[in-house]
Amino acid sequence: MTDFNRRAFMLRGAFAGASVSVGLPFLDYFLDNSGTAFAADFGGGRLPVRFGTWFWGCGMIPDRWNPTKQGAGYDLPPELAPLAPVQDKVSVLSGFSVSLDGKSNQPHISGNVGLRTGTPVDSWQQIVGPTLDTTIADTIGAGSFFRSLDLSADGNPRTSFSYRSGTEMNASVASPMELYQRVFGADFHDPNAAEFKPDPRIMARRSVLSAVTEERRRMLGKLGAADKARVDSYFTAIREVETKLALQLEKPPRAEACIVPQKPADQPASTDVAERQKSHKLMADLLAMALACNQTKVFNMVFSTATSDLRRAGSTTAYHQATHEELVDRTKGYQPTVDAFSTQSMQGWADFVAAMAAVREGDGTLLDNMLVLAHSEVSYAKNHDVNGIPVMLAGRAGGKVKSGIHVASHGDAISRVGLTLQQLMGVPLDSWGTGSMHTNRTISEIMT
Amino acid sequence: MDRMSKGIRIGSAATALCAAATILLAGGASRADPPEAGVPALRRLTEAQYRATVGDIFGPDIKISGRFEPDLRVGGLLAAGTSAVSLTPSGAEQYEQIARGIAEQVVDNAHRDRLVGCGPSPADPEGAACAERFFQTMGLRLYRRPLTPGETGLAVAQTLASARTLHDFHAGLAVMLASMLSDLPFLFQVDRMVPDPANRSAQTLDAWSRASKLSYFLWNSTPDAELLDAARDGTLMTQAGLARQVDRLMASPRFETGVTAFFDDFLQLEGMMSLSKDSVIYPAFRSSAGPAAREQTLRTIVTLLAQENGDYRDLFTTRRVAMNRQLSPLYRLAYAPRDWSMVTLPSDDPRVGLLTQISFLALHSHEGRSSPTLRGKALREVLMCQHIPTPPANVNFTIVQDTSNPNLRTTRERLKAHLDDEECASCHKLTDPMGLTLDSFDGAGQFRAQENGVAIDTSGSLGTVKFADAAGLGQALHDDPQVPQCLAQSAWRYAVGRDALASEAPVTAALNTGFAQSGFRIRALFRQIATDRHFFAATSLAPARAVAARSLSRRAS
Repeated sequence: MTDFNRRAFMLRGAFAGASVSVGLPFLDYFLDNSGTAFAADFGGGRLPVRFGTWFWGCGMIPDRWNPTKQGAGYDLPPELAPLAPVQDKVSVLSGFSVSLDGKSNQPHISGNVGLRTGTPVDSWQQIVGPTLDTTIADTIGAGSFFRSLDLSADGNPRTSFSYRSGTEMNASVASPMELYQRVFGADFHDPNAAEFKPDPRIMARRSVLSAVTEERRRMLGKLGAADKARVDSYFTAIREVETKLALQLEKPPRAEACIVPQKPADQPASTDVAERQKSHKLMADLLAMALACNQTKVFNMVFSTATSDLRRAGSTTAYHQATHEELVDRTKGYQPTVDAFSTQSMQGWADFVAAMAAVREGDGTLLDNMLVLAHSEVSYAKNHDVNGIPVMLAGRAGGKVKSGIHVASHGDAISRVGLTLQQLMGVPLDSWGTGSMHTNRTISEIMT
Repeated sequence: MDRMSKGIRIGSAATALCAAATILLAGGASRADPPEAGVPALRRLTEAQYRATVGDIFGPDIKISGRFEPDLRVGGLLAAGTSAVSLTPSGAEQYEQIARGIAEQVVDNAHRDRLVGCGPSPADPEGAACAERFFQTMGLRLYRRPLTPGETGLAVAQTLASARTLHDFHAGLAVMLASMLSDLPFLFQVDRMVPDPANRSAQTLDAWSRASKLSYFLWNSTPDAELLDAARDGTLMTQAGLARQVDRLMASPRFETGVTAFFDDFLQLEGMMSLSKDSVIYPAFRSSAGPAAREQTLRTIVTLLAQENGDYRDLFTTRRVAMNRQLSPLYRLAYAPRDWSMVTLPSDDPRVGLLTQISFLALHSHEGRSSPTLRGKALREVLMCQHIPTPPANVNFTIVQDTSNPNLRTTRERLKAHLDDEECASCHKLTDPMGLTLDSFDGAGQFRAQENGVAIDTSGSLGTVKFADAAGLGQALHDDPQVPQCLAQSAWRYAVGRDALASEAPVTAALNTGFAQSGFRIRALFRQIATDRHFFAATSLAPARAVAARSLSRRAS
């Protein structure tokens, strides 16, 4: 059988069989029985490409982090050493900068806001556009149970850098247990379960919710400018709940890589770096299954807060304080405590990449069908430098992206990263950012 | 603004930045925003308001479980953020889940007789009459106004349709109820306008909106039956009727809940709920100490200000404090009673006033050490409504807090380096001289006479006032007119749930005067706000630009 015929056969199989009842309009991907992805030319019908961000606070020490060799097989300076086992899956983008255009550098804010929105401002409440993860979620997130899963390993739901506007922060799921309950709790349908029966309770909820919302929309009438946007957000949010209810009435398509995880052990939130790595690892494993089980296509993961909250139990000086207070060791030539925390943060990132790569999916791994942007809010935290903010990518975006290379820039606008990623995920943009952060140049080196 | 621009011309940029530090904090993030048309008419219930509301409507035994969307702090107050936030998709999902949990309890066997009170009768096999009765009664409580006929009809029809799908009347009722609990008029306080009976050409809030506003301000919960009656019969639209209800609400013990909620927000004490301290460095500070210290401060305030109608300023000089067994060891105090009670600290105790309570000291510290700068900043920002800018981005802190430097053994010695550097000093001179006075209390709020073997020097200053210790700092705050003015201004913004408008400068000025004339009694302040016609004014067409109360900024610099 030629490839073409094989594909056609399987398509027929999919349409003739269970797929009629699996809610085609909601799902843009199909697997055959052996879990092999359909080829790319079937209306986008291959394994879904997922997008996510991974954040760590307080940057790095540039001389100890930036690779010198470009392209594939780049060198791993000491702070990147933890990446060795996953280096072929991680690309490093060094030297990209947030330009402030004369605006103040708000410590630990301007760099992060600039990278995520393309326009640095003094506070999240003042952002002029949404963070890039939300535009990507609006493009690819529909049809999944969660448009986006926003996660933070620090135990605080307020730790999130995902904003639709200055007053609309997507609060984080902030512990492994909460993540488990959120995704795999009462509302979860195992996509591989043999039986599916629509739940009448969900039918009733959906029908009542849409009737009540419709009536509310009709009654609200004229609103002041100050309320209009908020009411629109309210209805969008309610609409999302309705969509989820609709999804729950459809038999979910099989997800070969999905193995419903066990409930995790309770892991209390901690700022101790070793404890943080543990809870982060638990969350990464749960997230991998949430992705493999098609519960979401977009996520944000925060390893440590901007102005890193990490510390070592028993020490009066935490990571952030150390970045400003620790003396440069004369013999070593750097701040040793800061260096250790930065390296530990990279261990967290390596753990995350490994967790995604550990899930087999189709002919490769879950990570192959992902694109993850890892970044911090500063480069050298000691002086809150927003030049050369460390950025890394993991995953091959279903084959659209090369992995394992180093692209070095010399101060190009970091909005090139945001533009590239949004375009790769199908956001219809030809340029992004404002002022000197405005760019229409993608980073072509990473594309296949 | 003249003073400020002069500052910019004569000083370095950094100095100018901190000359601006004494400008009153008016709107936090909105300071740089252009004016916009219209004041929000919707305020999302805070988590505390939601919980109290559900408890009032359905009874305290209804469990509310789930994660609420975080509230937003604007200009120092969560209340001011309620008119800025909406609902995110994940927030809506959480509210819906919480609502389902509540609705299922309302109709369960333990509650349905009391809360539903009827079941489908043989004559009405589908239960239309029962559903109608239920939603007319509960709808009024949930939406804080009567349902429209359309809303009632919809609720009945949807209940019956769901009941048919689920083959269970009560299950159908629960689905409809859950939907109402996720609905906008429940989740948000809605200001609705009517022509002002006193001035037909103007608009004012309708009686139902007034009832909500009064109730959430004074009780932090939903209007009770009597207040709803006063809305229905129109007496709330008259000044006499309004005053009668305000007096009734303030005479109730529930007013203490309202005062608690205000100070919880004003002092940002919700941070105590998740406060953690390094257990190696502060073994005595367990994770339960944070919530207990929060309760201590709130109990102290309610006793002194709401129950005893004391002077607000005395909070900073009093030796009386609420105590329980869990906290007494942290205060090195023998305390036998099983429950909370007020104690008077001995006259030789280093603790005097609110600032020496563990809540303030521990909240404004690092996890493993104290911070005079954080404490001084909180003092200025929270209690005096000033704004301290963030440090310049490129600051070398290295010498400043090298805890291993043998020549700089105390925090004061290390911080002095800040004050010797002009760029740093411009801001730190605002925060540190006050914060250092509190450095005899460590990062967990426990007393210490020495740091690294050196006696701690607690001398400090606030403006031109100098003092030797925490008692002196408390007295300086007690005597500083900005402290009560900040409280009055914050109470106004708390009550209206947004930043103050430029047009409201006379209102806040009158509040300052009234507060002072009352001897700084919180009851007088709250009563003045609740009976002020501006509290119910139609502001939807006024410019929403937030400004500082001018009478206060004049004092600045």
